[in-house]
Amino acid sequence: MNLTLKVWRQKSVHDDGLIETYQAKDIPIEASFLEMLDIVNQRIIIDGGEPIHFDYDCREGICGQCSLTINGIPHSKERGVTACQLHMRKFKDGDTIWIEPFRAKAFPLQRDLMVDRSAFDRIIAAGGFIDVRTGSAQDANNLPVAKTRADSAMDAAACIGCGACVAACKNASAMLFVSAKAAHLNLLPQGAPEKDKRVLGMVRQMDAEGFGNCTNLYECEAVCPKEISTENIARLNRDYAVALAKEATV
Amino acid sequence: MSLDSKIPEGPIDQKWTKHKMDSKLINPSNKRKFKVIVVGSGLAGGSAAASLSEMGYQVKCFCYQDSPRRAHSIAAQGGINAAKNYQNDGDSVYRLFYDTVKGGDFRSREANVHRLAEVSSNIIDQCTAQGVPFAREYGGLLDNRSFGGAQVSRTFYARGQTGQQLLIGCYQALQKEISKGGVEMHTRTEMMDVVLVDGHAKGIVVRDLVTGEISSHAADAVCLATGGYGNVFYLSTNAMGCNVTAAFKAYKRGAYIANPCYTQIHPTCIPVSGDYQSKLTLMSESLRNDGRIWVPVSKEDAEAIRTGNKKPEDIAEEDRDYYLERKYPSFGNLAPRDISSRAAKEVCDEGRGVAPTGLGVYLDFKDAIGRLGEDVIRARYGNLFQMYEKISGDNPYQTPMQIFPAVHYTMGGLWVDYNLQTTIPGLHCLGEANFSDHGANRLGASALMQGLADGYFVIPTTIANYLADQKPGSINTDMDEFTQAESTVKERIEQLININGSRTVDSFHKELGLLVWEQCGMGRSKEGLEMALKRIPEIREEFWTNARIPGDANGVNTELEKAGRVADFLEFAEVMCTDALNREESCGGHFRLEYQFTEDSDEVKEGKTQAGEALRRDAEYAYVAAWEFNGVGTPPTLHKEELEFENVHLAIRSYA
Repeated sequence: MNLTLKVWRQKSVHDDGLIETYQAKDIPIEASFLEMLDIVNQRIIIDGGEPIHFDYDCREGICGQCSLTINGIPHSKERGVTACQLHMRKFKDGDTIWIEPFRAKAFPLQRDLMVDRSAFDRIIAAGGFIDVRTGSAQDANNLPVAKTRADSAMDAAACIGCGACVAACKNASAMLFVSAKAAHLNLLPQGAPEKDKRVLGMVRQMDAEGFGNCTNLYECEAVCPKEISTENIARLNRDYAVALAKEATV
Repeated sequence: MSLDSKIPEGPIDQKWTKHKMDSKLINPSNKRKFKVIVVGSGLAGGSAAASLSEMGYQVKCFCYQDSPRRAHSIAAQGGINAAKNYQNDGDSVYRLFYDTVKGGDFRSREANVHRLAEVSSNIIDQCTAQGVPFAREYGGLLDNRSFGGAQVSRTFYARGQTGQQLLIGCYQALQKEISKGGVEMHTRTEMMDVVLVDGHAKGIVVRDLVTGEISSHAADAVCLATGGYGNVFYLSTNAMGCNVTAAFKAYKRGAYIANPCYTQIHPTCIPVSGDYQSKLTLMSESLRNDGRIWVPVSKEDAEAIRTGNKKPEDIAEEDRDYYLERKYPSFGNLAPRDISSRAAKEVCDEGRGVAPTGLGVYLDFKDAIGRLGEDVIRARYGNLFQMYEKISGDNPYQTPMQIFPAVHYTMGGLWVDYNLQTTIPGLHCLGEANFSDHGANRLGASALMQGLADGYFVIPTTIANYLADQKPGSINTDMDEFTQAESTVKERIEQLININGSRTVDSFHKELGLLVWEQCGMGRSKEGLEMALKRIPEIREEFWTNARIPGDANGVNTELEKAGRVADFLEFAEVMCTDALNREESCGGHFRLEYQFTEDSDEVKEGKTQAGEALRRDAEYAYVAAWEFNGVGTPPTLHKEELEFENVHLAIRSYA
């Protein structure tokens, strides 16, 4: 198939960016979206240009590094996939495809389609963990966890930290990301002792990083490649309110 | 230099206990004076960095990804083994040890494997305490599944995302230590060289992948946890960035590489469909708990399927060959990976493959769906089925999956002693990057176990044996050794940028990958390996005269990053093929076509094995081959560590 690509190019955070047009010719329909970009890049290099820079690593939808906004939607309009899991059979010959980075104030651009998502790491460092020293754990079966609860924790823990939720939100809110981590750990008995400290720490760090507020638009849930539920946001709001109240009374 | 593996004296089940007792200690107030560098942030590196920091050491951790949470451990699907015996099915530390030594085709070091089995239970406890959401039964306790090469159910799992959940547990521990100031994390930073001072590893040179800046970091010890070299084959299930660079730079500085020819070809991956393909996708081994592997009995049916004239549903039950169940009735579809892969290659070589390329077999869930219902299968494997459908466009609930073996894991790696120290004092190596625990073939669900064993439980104890003799803080990056290493790194980058040729880096990588896949992949021969050893230097020479690396070194340049890694693969491939040529036997993932049982072998006549199975030559080759660098293009020197089997009796590996 033959396609026209409209791609965001920007040498670095200090340079201006612009949309450039490329022709993607003779693309096999079995190829993945990123392999289509590989093919285009090989030709750009041979013709003496500099390839389109984009992030990727595992190419099987689990590492969370790929971060393309495809036709205006993070990871594309297909439900439940990352950009690397998108295949060209979802497009038609002659299509024009717009490819842009994940845009958010808290995700500064690095080059072309690559952005800096280290704000997410700092949010995790502010409380997204259970403080258990290596070697100090009891036997794993000493602490039964109801299967339904464990399954809900797993649903939330499936987050791959890609940032699509932020890129899709007009407020660039990170609430789905933060609430998924809070839910994963708060739902488990192991996470209970630090629950209040965790939600206060993570929410404050999220605000400090410059992410916007949640106004219940649910775009995050719609683009999430792991289909993480916005119910986690409601849960976080509740946990946060309780933690704030407790903090005020201490 | 002779190889001293430093295996403790005493009975196998007391070696680790004794070694912990005999290991040196550093008191808490002194620990904080020592700096340790950890390269890599996967299960081995991340758990080591977090644990060492908890103990009080000053840790610097480096990864090339944009976050430590993205290390490729994340992609492991199926599970992690542990000798908990929660299923009451006769499991024990000894049985896990035994299965792993046998699974490795008697080419691993007994003492290391036993230690691995001993700490396996602690790993499950540790991860559960961190909040890893392992699958549970309705009573609230942990669930298990079965994996290849074992007849007990000892694999713990978190849906099909076990690696992800374990890595996130480890990443969270790492972030916790970062927030407390114990770990200084450097993301998007690639290690370019190890720096030696008076023969000891005392630091590294790195490149900042965003600014292009080259800088040095000094420490009292260095740990490499940089994963495997599967991407030497270009197509593999590894992430695109996985590379041999860190380990290979260490090799060039004097660390030995052990058994590089032991590479694991995983039997259940989605087949290759075209030359545009950038990577291969694994379908978890756990699928073989319920899926049945088959091809048509006749070549004619296979041909009809390939040309689209027949569908798998059209092949009657009696016209199907469930070849694993037929050849290995006790283990059936859960035969170990090397054996299952070779069996798939065999039926495809006979012309009975089913993918359009002829290189594919069926993995069929029809019986399991009939027996258990679609809902049960969905609960067990839903995300894997979905992943398969996204890539192939076929619905595996309705039609069998097509699968074929692909490069997955590398058992070889830097040689380490019992303390996980390489032949360079102070330089340690953890996880997939070292060679020690899996022999010639790794069993499923053992990689996660080994990475975490090394990082959480082994290195925190053993590193003190080195550090206790060191004077902390005696090294700084102003020393000549660092300046010199930095200029070597800069020169190599300059050289790459200035080649100005006409071929892309990927085209060289593909050419090398295809060559080693054909000559040093599932079947190897003297003739083929000699041909590869002649061809690799030619490709390398063309690379250095005709590769095109656009842009400059001052900023983000992913082509330059790739070029550096491919340049190292072009040198490493020679060591791998040299090792494969040297090892004139078949064992585990290393199958030399000249060494296999035939119908005429006594062992086959006696019914101990079957024709076509790997023929090990214990008298000549029960050793670890550790290779010493002598210069690019010059053959490396072989050093042997003889393997002693005092507990597991050397025998023909039978799964029949």
